[in-house]
Amino acid sequence: MTKIKTFPLGGIHPEKYKITTDSPVIFAGLPDVVTIPVKQHIGSPAKILVSPGDKVKVGTLIADADGIVSSDVHSSVSGEVLKIEAIEGEFGYLEDMITIKVEGDEFEPSVDRSLDIDREIPYTAQEIVAKIREAGIVGMGGAGYPTPIKTSIPEDKNVDTLIVNGIECEPFLTADDRLMIEKAEQIIIGAKIINKALGIQNAIIAIDENKPKAIDILSKLTKTYVGVNVQVCATKYPQGGEKQLITAITGREVPSGKLPADAGCLVQNVGTVFAIYEAIMKNKPLYERIVTVSGDTCLHPANYLVRIGTPASYLIEKSGGISPETTQVIFGGPMMGTSAFNINAPITKTTSGILLLSDKIAGKCAETDCIRCGKCTEVCPIGLQPYLIARLMKNHQIGELKDCHTLDCIECGCCAYTCPAHIPLLDYCKLAKMELRKKN
Amino acid sequence: MDDIVLYSMLVLGGIAFISAVVLYLVSCKFAVTEDVKVMEIDAVLPQANCGGCSYAGCHDFAKACANASENEFVNLFCPVGGQNVMNKVAEIKGFSKVEKAPTVAVLRCNGTCQNAPLKVQYDGITSCRIAARISSGQTGCPTGCLRLGDCVQNCKFDALSIDPTTGIPVVDYDKCTSCGACVRTCPRGLFEIRTRGENGKMVYVACRNTQKGALARKNCKAACIACQKCSKVNPEVKIENNLSYIPDSVSAAQYGEDLRAACPTGAINYYSANEVKND
Repeated sequence: MTKIKTFPLGGIHPEKYKITTDSPVIFAGLPDVVTIPVKQHIGSPAKILVSPGDKVKVGTLIADADGIVSSDVHSSVSGEVLKIEAIEGEFGYLEDMITIKVEGDEFEPSVDRSLDIDREIPYTAQEIVAKIREAGIVGMGGAGYPTPIKTSIPEDKNVDTLIVNGIECEPFLTADDRLMIEKAEQIIIGAKIINKALGIQNAIIAIDENKPKAIDILSKLTKTYVGVNVQVCATKYPQGGEKQLITAITGREVPSGKLPADAGCLVQNVGTVFAIYEAIMKNKPLYERIVTVSGDTCLHPANYLVRIGTPASYLIEKSGGISPETTQVIFGGPMMGTSAFNINAPITKTTSGILLLSDKIAGKCAETDCIRCGKCTEVCPIGLQPYLIARLMKNHQIGELKDCHTLDCIECGCCAYTCPAHIPLLDYCKLAKMELRKKN
Repeated sequence: MDDIVLYSMLVLGGIAFISAVVLYLVSCKFAVTEDVKVMEIDAVLPQANCGGCSYAGCHDFAKACANASENEFVNLFCPVGGQNVMNKVAEIKGFSKVEKAPTVAVLRCNGTCQNAPLKVQYDGITSCRIAARISSGQTGCPTGCLRLGDCVQNCKFDALSIDPTTGIPVVDYDKCTSCGACVRTCPRGLFEIRTRGENGKMVYVACRNTQKGALARKNCKAACIACQKCSKVNPEVKIENNLSYIPDSVSAAQYGEDLRAACPTGAINYYSANEVKND
């Protein structure tokens, strides 16, 4: 095995809490009603194609991409469309959602549900991108950027490496880990598909050190596939950040304000790669994903295969419900995720986990004064000075904020995690970014 | 010994003289001639530099006034100085006075602690903008006041304060200059600049919730439910998108009491100079 790689600057080592590493992915079952948001991605919301009373099947297109930066949305269940209206989403804001009453489990005839692995790729590059677009695939790591745009590289950029991001550096989450263990070969074929679409030969599957099973399985399998390799990375947060991963693996740095393509790389999450495999080989649109339900107050932590639109409360109930000690329910990982306002909000294409945390883990301490220890500067993976950004923001020195390269902040939260004075540095950085974007 | 003193004086004196000549020539060559009018107008402006006039500061506004034609001048207004200052500026320009009704900022939300009890607990930093980005707020109303006081921090005239019993900001109408800083700061856009009516009477809908009535009322007792009762009092009241809006043209002195009485949820605020009724 080759050397273990990592990014050179900063990073932290939070407690792992990977409780669900050994729990196989189980099908969560079908709730009575699903609510599917029409905007689960970055960009404009999709245009709704159905109306109340319509019958839909699993995989039926129910909302069409509106413009280039947008994504198709498919039905995740079969049944009847009940209503189309704005419902409180995970943050308490109203979002347009399609509510479908579940009746049976009937699939669109085009969806191939067999479990055999297809290894031959019978499509051309253009056909692959078109099929990815039709399947409504978006980045499943959390950002939700429409994948077809990422896979069509502009002509002036020269991409030579595909990095499959199998790094799950957030504590608790194990969705990607389980996916790599259970669907290893499909992920490798998925990587080959993207390589064909890009016209490149080189793909690297990056996995962090604390996933020995996934490393073992994938390293064995990649021996039979030319051009796909496994690279083990150190267990460090935020190793899974796009820019950190590129630096760790290729040694190149993505220039400030530029895209990974400028460093000759394309990074895709393993979940996305698997979804691409299923879309191309099995004609399966993105209607389900793996969600980890975990947390220190979760009674039965598990990895579920969930249909998009299933209410989070349904999964929480399945895992034993909310115990009295639970003070926060978090959508996503504990580092970058947000505390949910509404636990009846649906699972979207980008929800990787639901965490039930007690005050022991999620509690906050009172903010005290900065003692200039420099810990935040040490752990910042970008090399910023979070204490300075926070101070400038407090004093409203907006002009100076720009000189601090505040807009390069990836909002990983290392600074706030490490601060001994419990200063909410991340909040100030976010505020500073908002302030700068407003000015421009 | 004497020579040293003499030479030093000569050398330093010479440098001083040459520098003086150079500086004089440079100042002649690059002299900035400023319009006398700009300086005159600048002198009468309040120098608050608040940006309420939509210019970068008082000096910038003075320049705009000095360069304005009579038609353009109608659109220029200093909200802080008000009518008095604008009359003086008009005098300097030699234009006729432009009468504008005095304005004031009002908070279009009645989501007090009593009307909209807390649903979740927010423990981030005291900033409405961060809170608005994380969730719809502690009360659950996606358009309501977040009660964290960004507006209070940004008010240069000390006209805003958070009322400890209601939790929402109160505008001190005597101090408010309607500069618009609160309008720009509030992430929910809850402040509106309205004209001070006759005798300082004002009537407005203190709600911006566009949800359907039942949904809006779930979060806040004082939400506008678009029941249309106010539009029956005065047909000028517009109801759009599940939300009622009372335009400035509706006379507060004439309809204020009736409008407030007609509202079943208490979303309409009627203010007259010597009484404040919010509930």
